[in-house]
Amino acid sequence: MTTNTQLETILEALEQAEGLPAMQASIEQLRDLMDVDHMVYHWVDSAGDHYGCGTYSDAWREQYLKMNYIRIDPVITGCFRIFNAVDWKDLDWSSKASRNFRADSIEFGIGNQGFSVPIRGPKGQFALFTVSHNCDDAAWEAFTETKRRDLILIAHLFNKQALELEKERKTEAQVASLSPREVDAITLLAMGYSRAQVAENLSISEHTVRVYIESARFKLGAMNTTHAVARALSRGLIVV
Amino acid sequence: MLRYVYGDQLQNFPRLAASMFRDRADQFKTRLGWDVSVDADGFEKDEYDTLNPLYVIWENADGTHGGSMRFLPTTGRTMINDHFAHVIGGGEIRSPFIWECTRFCLSRDADSRMAALLVVACGEIMQHFNVEHFAGVFDARMVRIYRLLGASPDVLGSVGEGREQISVGLWHYAAADSKKILHRAGVSMALSQLWFDRSFGTQKTAQLAQVG
Repeated sequence: MTTNTQLETILEALEQAEGLPAMQASIEQLRDLMDVDHMVYHWVDSAGDHYGCGTYSDAWREQYLKMNYIRIDPVITGCFRIFNAVDWKDLDWSSKASRNFRADSIEFGIGNQGFSVPIRGPKGQFALFTVSHNCDDAAWEAFTETKRRDLILIAHLFNKQALELEKERKTEAQVASLSPREVDAITLLAMGYSRAQVAENLSISEHTVRVYIESARFKLGAMNTTHAVARALSRGLIVV
Repeated sequence: MLRYVYGDQLQNFPRLAASMFRDRADQFKTRLGWDVSVDADGFEKDEYDTLNPLYVIWENADGTHGGSMRFLPTTGRTMINDHFAHVIGGGEIRSPFIWECTRFCLSRDADSRMAALLVVACGEIMQHFNVEHFAGVFDARMVRIYRLLGASPDVLGSVGEGREQISVGLWHYAAADSKKILHRAGVSMALSQLWFDRSFGTQKTAQLAQVG
């Protein structure tokens, strides 16, 4: 079957991934192959650091952080302690906060259906792999019934690769250097300056500041700016 | 009824949980003489009970424990990988499709269907969560019990001799066996499915409630 060969090809590339950009490329290809709206791999480590890749829009990710949805998201709170895959319908959406969250996520194009695979790794590691889509219940049930095994496998392959990269990230932490301008930008952010203030201090445009932050974010394998700052601090790349 | 309960949900079933841990002390310490620790409450608990395992527990009509077992995914910490790697020649068992099953326990006055009921639960887990094998550690006394159940494992390795022999085995699900096991357990497929959905699904039970 062509689909199986395609899946294997993508998964082989995933196993060769040397960083987040390659994992990101794999997850986008898998999303397209499985013909779903979104696919996300997300690892929250013991220090509360987030790491992963996925197809959610930047707008939704920003909204999620801004609203601090991680505290009420039933997918996170419901999956954190378990290890069986779940359809989102089986999670507890009874609170008003979670229903509002759901409405907001649909607004941002996450879809009305979801399926998540909680991952338990070594030393109490927790990660989550999710596919979400917009369709009726019957179509979604048919999809999850036939693809469940593939999804569990894919989830664990992403995690395996992330664990491999983590090993390298840890040993490379000292050498993963930021350029002087990146260090300046991240340091000022860590001190609580806004982007505009950073630009003013460094006598560069705000647009350029964004580019420095973005490249630092990538180098640090961080999901967002806050995370990039935390990571740069914890690795001693910046001093505040 | 069969309940599927994660460790952090045991607090919702205090009577069931307490009698399970006491029955485990009775089986593993008193009857089998294993070197397990029993606390001041008379509970047999080990470090794996703190990893939020999934328990399958038979609840008697009076809310007490009739039989149970404990599951952990082999992608995380397991008893086999931590303590019994030498039994299988030093390797590890790690797969998202293999769960470890430990502390298979039957209460002293469990009825004769109890072991079969627990095997029925294994079938539900395999079918719904794509678990293809269970891995477990067992001693010589269990070999006969598994054979009587028609659930003999593939032995991956053993150490020791005679009654002292300890083995690591793999069980796999054969759909063909499920009818036989259901018959022995004396439950219908629909009832087994209902128990499973009560623990894991809000959607299907909600539909049933509407119909009823």
